[in-house]
Amino acid sequence: MKFGIVINEGPYTHQASDSALQFVKSALAKGHEIYRVFFYHDGVNNGTDLGVPPQDDRNLPNEWSELAEKHGLDLVVCVAAAQRRGMLDEDESKRNGKTSNNLIKGFRISGLGQLIEAGIQADRLVTFGD
Amino acid sequence: MSEEGIVKKFCYMNRKAPYGTIYALESLEVVLIAAAFDQDISLVFADDGVYQLTKNQDTNGIGMKNFSKTYSALGDYDIKKIYVEKESLDERGLTADDLQALVYEDEDDDWAEKNSLFVVDRAELSSIIDSQDIVLSF
Repeated sequence: MKFGIVINEGPYTHQASDSALQFVKSALAKGHEIYRVFFYHDGVNNGTDLGVPPQDDRNLPNEWSELAEKHGLDLVVCVAAAQRRGMLDEDESKRNGKTSNNLIKGFRISGLGQLIEAGIQADRLVTFGD
Repeated sequence: MSEEGIVKKFCYMNRKAPYGTIYALESLEVVLIAAAFDQDISLVFADDGVYQLTKNQDTNGIGMKNFSKTYSALGDYDIKKIYVEKESLDERGLTADDLQALVYEDEDDDWAEKNSLFVVDRAELSSIIDSQDIVLSF
């Protein structure tokens, strides 16, 4: 089956991102396809490259980044939600006159149309939120 | 902007108050983008989400943008199925009269202005949700 995934909460405060990560790993292990993972609302904060959690805790952005590299996942953060919350890649940073960027490798920034498209193209769209 | 002619039934559930969290505003942003994709769109307002459609909102005291007028533009985006759960209104001491009027212009009927807001009970809403392909809850 082809899954689209929506994550609406940031890392740590809510378990949404953890649950989604576990779901995606399990789905891939069972031979399913992940069409796209779309990060919206505070979910965009899962794409930060600047998180430094304690060593005995999980690092969710790193885990997403590594999973994306291993399986060629399409991890998309919503541009409007990301700009509000200070989540920028190099291009967006320059375009908005900022001096730094913080989007971790394996994520990309795009529009809400990517969420709708995931709904259209996937067999199931599964939301992880509050 | 259709995706190879696939038309799915998308339902956007709005369950939170308009202010206090950003869910209502960012849900509306999704809906306005979604309207460009030629999909079958329904909006649902339930629980505290019914407050999103109330008339005479005034956000001056809280420093937030009052985006409630945007809902009246939904008709221009060809969104004509907006459901409000009756029990959620009742539980909050609200009636349909407390909500803003939402209309669309029917191109098949000489652009006559028609109602797009329907108050439905929980059982009806349940079957509406059951008939959807995609349910996004905000």
